[in-house]
Amino acid sequence: MDSNVEAFRFNTKLDQTILLGRKARNVDELLECLKIVPESSVYFHTHRFLQQHHYLSPEPPNDFAYWITNVVNDVELGEQVSSVDIVQFQSVSDLRDRFTEIIDAYLRSAGTIVDCPRGEEFHFMASRTFVLATPYTACSLGEFKENLQRVSTASLYYHMFDAKLRLGKGENDFSRWFEHLGEHTLAEEVTRLDPYTYTLESLRNKIVRLVEEHDKH
Amino acid sequence: MTNIEEYSPIAGQATIDELFHLSNHLQGKVIQNINSTPVGGGVAEILTRMIPLLRQLGVDARWDVIKGNERFFAITKKFHNALHGIPAEITDDELDCFLAVNRENAEEIAFGDIVFVHDPQPIALVEKRKALGKNWIWRCHIDFSRPDKKAWRFLEKYVKLYDAAVFSAPAFARRLPIEQVLVSPSIDPLSDKNKELPEETINSVFEGFGIDRSRPVVTQVSRFDYLKDPIGVIKAYRIAKKHEDIQLVLAGGGATDDPEGPIVMEQVRNEAEKDKDIFVLFLPPASDIEINALQRGSTLVLQKSLREGFGLTVAEALWKSKPVIASAVGGIPLQIAHKYSGILTHSIEGTAYWIKQLVNEPAYARTLGINGREHIRHNFLITRHIRDYLLLFLSLFHKDPVVYM
Repeated sequence: MDSNVEAFRFNTKLDQTILLGRKARNVDELLECLKIVPESSVYFHTHRFLQQHHYLSPEPPNDFAYWITNVVNDVELGEQVSSVDIVQFQSVSDLRDRFTEIIDAYLRSAGTIVDCPRGEEFHFMASRTFVLATPYTACSLGEFKENLQRVSTASLYYHMFDAKLRLGKGENDFSRWFEHLGEHTLAEEVTRLDPYTYTLESLRNKIVRLVEEHDKH
Repeated sequence: MTNIEEYSPIAGQATIDELFHLSNHLQGKVIQNINSTPVGGGVAEILTRMIPLLRQLGVDARWDVIKGNERFFAITKKFHNALHGIPAEITDDELDCFLAVNRENAEEIAFGDIVFVHDPQPIALVEKRKALGKNWIWRCHIDFSRPDKKAWRFLEKYVKLYDAAVFSAPAFARRLPIEQVLVSPSIDPLSDKNKELPEETINSVFEGFGIDRSRPVVTQVSRFDYLKDPIGVIKAYRIAKKHEDIQLVLAGGGATDDPEGPIVMEQVRNEAEKDKDIFVLFLPPASDIEINALQRGSTLVLQKSLREGFGLTVAEALWKSKPVIASAVGGIPLQIAHKYSGILTHSIEGTAYWIKQLVNEPAYARTLGINGREHIRHNFLITRHIRDYLLLFLSLFHKDPVVYM
């Protein structure tokens, strides 16, 4: 390894869920709240399902889409909101704008606004993230692969999802480190992954395989 | 006593390491839990398990129980019902009595650095804050989605004096000037109520109660309380029974702070009499193995509550990979993703419909149970609960959206 390149330190994160006390009974109210809640709330509702249900489905919808589809029963809008390709966004602010554009456009053409059943309102939440260092570091691809298999899925989540959008680094931590290491192709391959289409364990396995292939060279 | 390291095979060593890491940042702080009953009900149950584990992690956690007379607990039961949205007339005299008991207790308690008050009974202890300072958290364990306005207006004055309020479900949050945090309760996978049991134990419990395991058994485990709707359960059973040869088990106990238990129990007994396939079991407090066996040996588990703080019995049944049919109230939708990890219903008829469906589709029912167990493993075990509490305590001193420890 280039002696100027810092070792990769695996961090992990723990989230505290904050209740904002704001709720929406229909899509119109959802839009109004969506415009004013903190960015951490938008991030929370587009990523929570992925972390909590990661064993269930490789394509978890965001909370907005889930509620619009399954509670308000608006399948058309639900599909549009679930189809937002989160991996394309560099900031939560841009992501929020995309959701509000879609819902706004839909509401302009919609005839009536339907309230959800009582007790099934959309409740806005946010999170406070506590970042912890793990004992695992890597100075080479071999060590990286070994330790990536040891850390929790929360650590993987932190470096792949939080780093890019929540912490506003614009890129996942793994690719950034591979770049510093001079492993440009590997960095590109990991950047090109759409992590939202994997369960966390599958994502871990995929990255391990990619690292393995490059470590052989 | 369970050792914290025993959770490693279930929750993962990384999870245990994280708990120690967080606990290190709470050295020197006394965390004092205060509630109103040492036994019975979910709050006492979770504190009994959690306090020793927090202490093993190096956290100076303590637990005090306020003292109250019969009148006080009758008033707090009224509060409990009113906060669940059931109309209850609470007189000014009763409010005075409620405050007087809180104030008497406040004089006797030695408050810690972080005062963690559970439920409404001891809520007014926070009056002491002005004189003492300290960090105060109010933990609401009950369904708070539609509280009676008068009761809420009275309590709100006290809630606002805390640094943070903690709720079990998003629907319970209100517009408050203090931070509100979601902490779902949890179950302990190593407790007698949830640990693995040999098949012989399950069989012997069923035999002891005279329940036939060769026919489908539908069970609801909960306190005998109107809000758990045991009569509604019997009605749902009767609809399903027209087509399916099922048995119904209603099993539960009481809590020392619930004077209504025996009355509800009597009504259930009257409703169930003459049907030899309904088993009404009033279990004493030390019946955890029996409850565990009843849940494990049942074909389906119900939780047809009208209101629910969280509904720990749902998590208990899901952890045992049981297909669960439960009302979409309180914290239950957090535990069940409808048709993925269980079934959510809204009525007696809906509950009956799904009883029939799941009795006749055991493969689908099994899938629900398997998904349910995984969901509980990731989100509702005691290790996650301890972690949330540690984060809650730390958040009193760290307010940024991202905190680097």
